[in-house]
Amino acid sequence: MAVSPESKATSQSNGAAPFKVIGTRPIRHDGADKVTGRALYTNDVHLPSMVHGQILRSPIAHGRIKSIDTSAAENLPGVYAVVTSADFPDPENKTAQLGEGAVNLAHLSANVMARDKVLYKGHAVAAVAASSLDIAEEALRLIKVDYEPLPSVTWVLDAMADGAPLLHDDLFTDREGKKSEKPTNICQYIRFEQGDVEKGFAEADVVIEREFKTATVHQGYIEPHVSIALWNTDGHLKVWTATQGSFTCRQQTAELLQIPISSVTVVPCEIGGGFGGKISVYLEPVAALLSRKCGRPVKIVMTRADCFEGTGPTPGTFIRVKLGAKRDGKMTAAQAWMAYEAGAYPTGIIGPGCMCVFSCYDLPNALVEGFDVVENKPKSAAYRAPGATQAAFACESVVYEMAETLGIDPIEFRLINAAREGTRRVDGPVYPRVGLIETLEAARDSQHWGSKLEGPNRGRGVASGFWFNIGLKSSVTANVNPDGTVTLLEGSTDIGGTRTSIAMQLAETLGITAEAVLPQVVDTDSVGYTDVTGGSRVTFATGLAAYRVGLDLRQQMCDRAARLWDCDVDQVEYSDGAFVHGEQRISFKDLAGKLSELGDPVVGRATVSPEGSTNSFGTHIVDVEVDPETGKVTILRYTVVQDAGRAIHPSYFEGQMQGGAVQGIGWTLNEEYVFDKENRMSNASYLDYRMPTALDLPMIETIIVEVPNPDHPYGVRGVGEVPIVPPPGAIAAAIYHAVGVRADTLPISPPRLWAAIEAHRRETNGAS
Amino acid sequence: MARVFIPPLLREHTDGATEVSVAGKSLRQVVAAIEERFPNLRGHLRDGDRLIPGLAASIDGVMTTQGLLASVGPDSEVHFLPAIGGG
Repeated sequence: MAVSPESKATSQSNGAAPFKVIGTRPIRHDGADKVTGRALYTNDVHLPSMVHGQILRSPIAHGRIKSIDTSAAENLPGVYAVVTSADFPDPENKTAQLGEGAVNLAHLSANVMARDKVLYKGHAVAAVAASSLDIAEEALRLIKVDYEPLPSVTWVLDAMADGAPLLHDDLFTDREGKKSEKPTNICQYIRFEQGDVEKGFAEADVVIEREFKTATVHQGYIEPHVSIALWNTDGHLKVWTATQGSFTCRQQTAELLQIPISSVTVVPCEIGGGFGGKISVYLEPVAALLSRKCGRPVKIVMTRADCFEGTGPTPGTFIRVKLGAKRDGKMTAAQAWMAYEAGAYPTGIIGPGCMCVFSCYDLPNALVEGFDVVENKPKSAAYRAPGATQAAFACESVVYEMAETLGIDPIEFRLINAAREGTRRVDGPVYPRVGLIETLEAARDSQHWGSKLEGPNRGRGVASGFWFNIGLKSSVTANVNPDGTVTLLEGSTDIGGTRTSIAMQLAETLGITAEAVLPQVVDTDSVGYTDVTGGSRVTFATGLAAYRVGLDLRQQMCDRAARLWDCDVDQVEYSDGAFVHGEQRISFKDLAGKLSELGDPVVGRATVSPEGSTNSFGTHIVDVEVDPETGKVTILRYTVVQDAGRAIHPSYFEGQMQGGAVQGIGWTLNEEYVFDKENRMSNASYLDYRMPTALDLPMIETIIVEVPNPDHPYGVRGVGEVPIVPPPGAIAAAIYHAVGVRADTLPISPPRLWAAIEAHRRETNGAS
Repeated sequence: MARVFIPPLLREHTDGATEVSVAGKSLRQVVAAIEERFPNLRGHLRDGDRLIPGLAASIDGVMTTQGLLASVGPDSEVHFLPAIGGG
């Protein structure tokens, strides 16, 4: 077992790894640009005659727009254009397939620019382009919007109640295609059943049922949304933007503006984080319309408040979980009732929430019901394993309590019930080979779990988590250069070091070094269709494309070697980075140098649409110390154990584990949207929205487990999303262990925990 | 014959049947076969040549990206599930 002292990382593999590149830690290809500040983010792009855009946002949570008067703004010197929803084409009430999901274009259009109603504070209502930001801001102040305020609602159960303020007159509950008779805020109802849940609970020796609440939280990417649009005089629209998916950005922009998709080019600039929040468009169509009106390129940069109030956070939730188990630890039944906030428009994040709530367990009987509910908050968006973290907090908390009630070690309890190959998930599909048991065993055998935790008010917790990870479509093109390097063109925007993890798979396939592959993320005109960087899919799916293009290049290079040696191509073998025919041997690099004499240039391409999920699991261990006088929780030690399938670049995998865990810690201890009495967000800045910093955390330890994915040539599973799933359950268990309080509401912030400790103290004193 | 699991909310259209066995080499043929057997299912699984928005199909444990064109084997297991996004 190798140990890297700088990160206390360990790894263990369940499969032979005869690789030369995969599993090593080369310097990232974009490293020099990133550390010297030379990488080009969207805000670094400055075009000739470019002007500045600003967006006017709703000051109220819910209201009807009676009128908008933009005349004063339009007459202000230095203002080039003003747009409102009247400048947008009438939205089509149709659904656009965006690869990763579908979106109702009428909802998307109205979210980008409010039409007859504003549905949340921060909802865009107008935009201005001006020669300076100051003039643009002044122009926004001159726009007069007459609102008719309406009652608002920002808690999911309130929005579901009879008599709740209705956001949409034309929204009906969808029950697998069957619509409700009356308009409602409940846009979707989901139900999964397995076995006979009543019989399962009747067979149980212990039944525990608990309720949980989680807060609305934001992805918190460092780089705010930024977009530049240039609508050229020839009718072609070019967009530079921070996006997780240049092709889906192109499609959304074209659909909303009702222009041919071929007339839009999207240039994906470097991206300072996304975590799911930079898939939907917000600025691009607005900048485009401003550009069309004023004939200049227009840049719009969101403020941090704009990001909080005008983009998609993850849903707040209410979840009820009930588990039953025999005294020997075998669970007999599970039931969940889950209500997820969609924000202002339907989102469907409830779907994966319902699919994930019991996905770590082999359950004979289960029932899951889920509701997607609109209310007066920004339209929810994906956030790293969307829907799964909230569900796992609820399930894992009850699992921990069940293990404690039965007197069984919490890891052993999970091992008794763990999902494995052949387990049928509650939503139906059967798992292929998966690695949950291996992560649990590695956690059980870890130094952390075996260590003693001493001292008052300290506790240890553990929890597991799951995310599907998806495939979708990817394309790459590869050119062999005369110096033996290979330029790799890809459409996957690089958020987590995927240039390198993809390049390494091509290098491994070709038998060359990672540094000999030169990856480039290019625009939508320069590579084949590629779905979003999301769903933990890029190293898996675009990596598969890189593998396949490597096979293509090898075959073409064998053909050139055959010409060189005047033999049949099937007499040329490729071995250890060289082409071989009998006693003749030439390296990839040397053959590349002769290509100009051997025929056509060698250019490869590959397109893939791998189906299926890569099914990744993780188990986290955490030690905490609680200050009972303040309710502050200090993370003393944290270990992430996760199945990578195969860790292509272990440092990047460790970074994903650490980053995901830290975001999960933020969800657990501090992060939440706070609303005032008028249902307006009142903490839309990093001064008041508390995210964890390096000063709050110990070094996150990592243990890499490798149970190769049978559906990938190098065994890759997605890794980016799972690590955000277990932290709330693990930390809540540790807090209980420390001070005897079961936290059922996120975040477990100091005032909330202090109040719970005080209540527990009064209860305990009263009982004695 | 493919084994098709009926989502709980649609079982009112299948006389309570939780699963059915139908022949079909593609998901389109499979859906057509179950619609023929249970006409009230029409409109709940597909809209023309596409699965209805927000709905995905899992075939043998794999969420297909091919929609109704996905291949179905003689012993395949088919589930209809919410489409999954990701962050």
